[in-house]
Amino acid sequence: MKIACTVNGRARTVDGAWEGESLLSVLRDRMQLPGSKNACEQGECGSCSVYMDGVLVCACLVLGGQANDRTIVTIEGLATGTALHAVQQAFVEAGAVQCGFCTPGLVVATHDLLARFPEPSVMQIREALAGNICRCTGYAKIIDAVQLAARRIAVDEHSAR
Amino acid sequence: MTEHPRLAPRTPVTGRVGDSVQRPDAVLKVKGDFPYSSDLQVEGMLWGATVRSPHPYARIGSIDASEALASPGVRAVLTHEDVPGRKVYGLEIPDQPVLAFDVARYWGEAVALVAADSPEEARRAAHKVQVDYQVLVPLTDPELALTPDAPSLHEGGNVTRQVRIRHGDQNARAEVVVTGEYEIGMQDQAPLGPESGLAIPDGQGGVDLYIATQWLHIDRDQLAECLALSREKVRLTLAGVGGAFGAREDLSMQAHACMLALRTGRPVKIAYSRPESFVGHVHRHPGRLRYEHGATRDGKLVYVKARILLDGGAYASSSTAVIANACCFAVGPYECPNATIDGWVVYTNNPPCGAMRGFGSVQNCYAHEAQMDKLAAALSMDPVELRIRNAMKTGSSMVTGQVVEGPVPVADLLRRVRDVALPPATTSDPVDLTEMPGGVSNTTHGEGVKRGVGYAVGFKNIGYSEGFNDYSTARVRLSVVGGRPRVEVHTASAEVGQGLVTVQAQIAGTELGVSDVVVLDADTAVGSAGSSSASRQTYVTGGAVKAACEAVRERVLSLAQSEMGGLSADAGDGRRLENDAIVSADGAVVVHLATLLGEEVIEETREFHPRRTAPLDPETGQADAHLQYAFAAHRAVVDVDTELGLVKVVELATAQDVGKAINPQAVEGQLEGGAAQGLGLALMEEIQVKDGVIRNASFTDYLLPTILDMPPLRMQILELGDPHSPYGLKGVGEPPTISSGPAIVAAIRAATGRPLSRAPVRPHDIVDTSPLPS
Ligand code: FES
Ligand code: FES
Repeated sequence: MKIACTVNGRARTVDGAWEGESLLSVLRDRMQLPGSKNACEQGECGSCSVYMDGVLVCACLVLGGQANDRTIVTIEGLATGTALHAVQQAFVEAGAVQCGFCTPGLVVATHDLLARFPEPSVMQIREALAGNICRCTGYAKIIDAVQLAARRIAVDEHSAR
Repeated sequence: MTEHPRLAPRTPVTGRVGDSVQRPDAVLKVKGDFPYSSDLQVEGMLWGATVRSPHPYARIGSIDASEALASPGVRAVLTHEDVPGRKVYGLEIPDQPVLAFDVARYWGEAVALVAADSPEEARRAAHKVQVDYQVLVPLTDPELALTPDAPSLHEGGNVTRQVRIRHGDQNARAEVVVTGEYEIGMQDQAPLGPESGLAIPDGQGGVDLYIATQWLHIDRDQLAECLALSREKVRLTLAGVGGAFGAREDLSMQAHACMLALRTGRPVKIAYSRPESFVGHVHRHPGRLRYEHGATRDGKLVYVKARILLDGGAYASSSTAVIANACCFAVGPYECPNATIDGWVVYTNNPPCGAMRGFGSVQNCYAHEAQMDKLAAALSMDPVELRIRNAMKTGSSMVTGQVVEGPVPVADLLRRVRDVALPPATTSDPVDLTEMPGGVSNTTHGEGVKRGVGYAVGFKNIGYSEGFNDYSTARVRLSVVGGRPRVEVHTASAEVGQGLVTVQAQIAGTELGVSDVVVLDADTAVGSAGSSSASRQTYVTGGAVKAACEAVRERVLSLAQSEMGGLSADAGDGRRLENDAIVSADGAVVVHLATLLGEEVIEETREFHPRRTAPLDPETGQADAHLQYAFAAHRAVVDVDTELGLVKVVELATAQDVGKAINPQAVEGQLEGGAAQGLGLALMEEIQVKDGVIRNASFTDYLLPTILDMPPLRMQILELGDPHSPYGLKGVGEPPTISSGPAIVAAIRAATGRPLSRAPVRPHDIVDTSPLPS
């Protein structure tokens, strides 16, 4: 089947996807966007988190066909230009990245969290990221990273005013 | 020329030993640009799929591939008959078929392979391979496997290894005796990146494999045997690794991808799904442990007797080393003059077990720490006090007779975790559900919730033991690039997430005083680095990088001496490399490296061999079998809903001696991540195996700790310095996984009064209808 959608601001079309193929496979194997990861393909780990029409979804649970005419933003589309997004920069600095397989999903989920709650409490962070499994870090530095990103974004917005 | 996949670009690292240096790969990882093994793609690539046995034990008759071969997109179907060389492999005993022949011995064992144009076509064709199975009754009880009438699963019987330790007086008697039986479930490493790799034939009979593994050279050596190729014709490069924790020590899809690539003449990628990953790697051994502790009335251990039975499953993997650890560390880090330890690891038709973080020291820690608590109760002593009274110190003897050298801060670690202020009771009004066991599921508002505090301490060996020739190789090259000195470090050590990329660069930066250090891709073009296991890489590959840097430095200094000897008569011995220059003892620049070197390139390769260990005496288990010992202690505070059996870990505190923190931020990450895996085994992680079949091979049914499950971790990191190791460092990765779980179970015991003799603790272990023991 044919799928036409906007991915990271670009119009993309793929041909030849089969009907049961997930959006995650379409992104990874047909659009050369392997940043979204495939740790479970069952909606349990969040490593495939992307935005579809601005809503955080597990790309493994969305059929490729459902993305037709939609707007997708993946981990590859979060930064503008060469600079890292504040969330990405915070993950690097806080030591929240070990093997990094969970990282793309966590960065997208954190991006979404901070858009909704610019100053999240630790409990809000825990609740919001409970769908993202990390096997390496024990999560402490991920919480640090989210808080660091929140502070940075607040300062940036303050100085932009 | 064949196209090769894009790997991560090399990012220079600046930093010294002791700095919290940022990972050079982190920027790529946060952007989704880091190429993991499962991301690799090249033009014309085929996809492989694996046909697996649906029976835990079955005789294999004919295999009919005709229907699969006729299905769309299929390029090859291979069986055991197509294995070019040795049909079996294995880390210690080559007993595992590349593809099953004669019999399949576990559920999910690989039987045949398919290569097709797309992953879906490969998967579909795999279902069409007809295998004629004659189903046999699986042997799934490890106790039964030990008995003489059990069917023999391998030539030579079902005992993969028996370990005997006889230390001191075998007839010692004690005033106070406590006994216990403990059971540990099968844990999965669950690295987030499933097994995957890409094999590319070179058109001349050889193959290049891009792979996520823990030890490139042992993979290569096993592949060469199985593919009937010389080692030079099998070249491995480390692709991005999504965690390991022991799961990548054995071969998974390596030989399969190479066979398909060599047969089809096309690049072949195999990437497991999560369910396939559960049968594609070995697990932590489930264990049954029976203990008897004898002590004096004032709480000194007199003897420990232990019988340890580990279920190794269908194939040996690293079972022989795991059982040795389980026995050597069976007593815990305590002085115990008399010990009688018997351990067995056996073959069954359960999933094969092998390496996982903690490697044999995890199972026994649950048992010896529960025993210490029991003994404390029997003596009416404080459990921490009892442990301190028996704690090993410098010069203490192991039950193997080995004298433990260097700092042995067992008592200090225990005091430190005990003295951390306890977290306040959760008494907010109105109740904050997120603080309750069960969380926002609204299962309690505090009624039936009891708090408990528990302690545990554990230890294990760093590096390979029992006389193994453990070593690593490093090539270090110093040249001038763009007017500045640059160091390139080349080793075959596997970066699996732990942070070896910064450690190697920091060591080179420290030794050569250069601020631009690049760690090259790990591959088999350089000598073996040994495995990224046993918490050994910083020690052993770190030692090799240091040695190679020292050799480079010597050449730099003698070059300076010969070129400008007359100019700097005062320089003498105090000269060192710093700030991209040779500086004199007082820090003045003698010459900039860029000036000195010009076009010259200085390259040195060194092997680092830590001191040799000795094999265990087969009768008594006595030997200096281990290189280094690492210790950690944990305290857990839990809230338990005693009506529903739900547990919330409120806080963990830990203290660990790391000798020297090469990268403190990365060390913290190891302590945090290791504690989470310990919590997992204590509370939720268990592969459910029934009649040899895994019932929960998915992340839906195999539960992993989430960010909601992990409490704050209060860490105290000690740097006491080992007298023998590079920079005084100790291996860091495993100790956090050893005592964290047992501390949590002890805390639940304290909260509930239940005996809790198995891990993970299940709700129905906590909520019991039988009366409480008096
Ligand atoms: S891969 Fe989509 S949630 Fe795990
Ligand atoms: S960093 Fe490895 S899974 Fe999170």
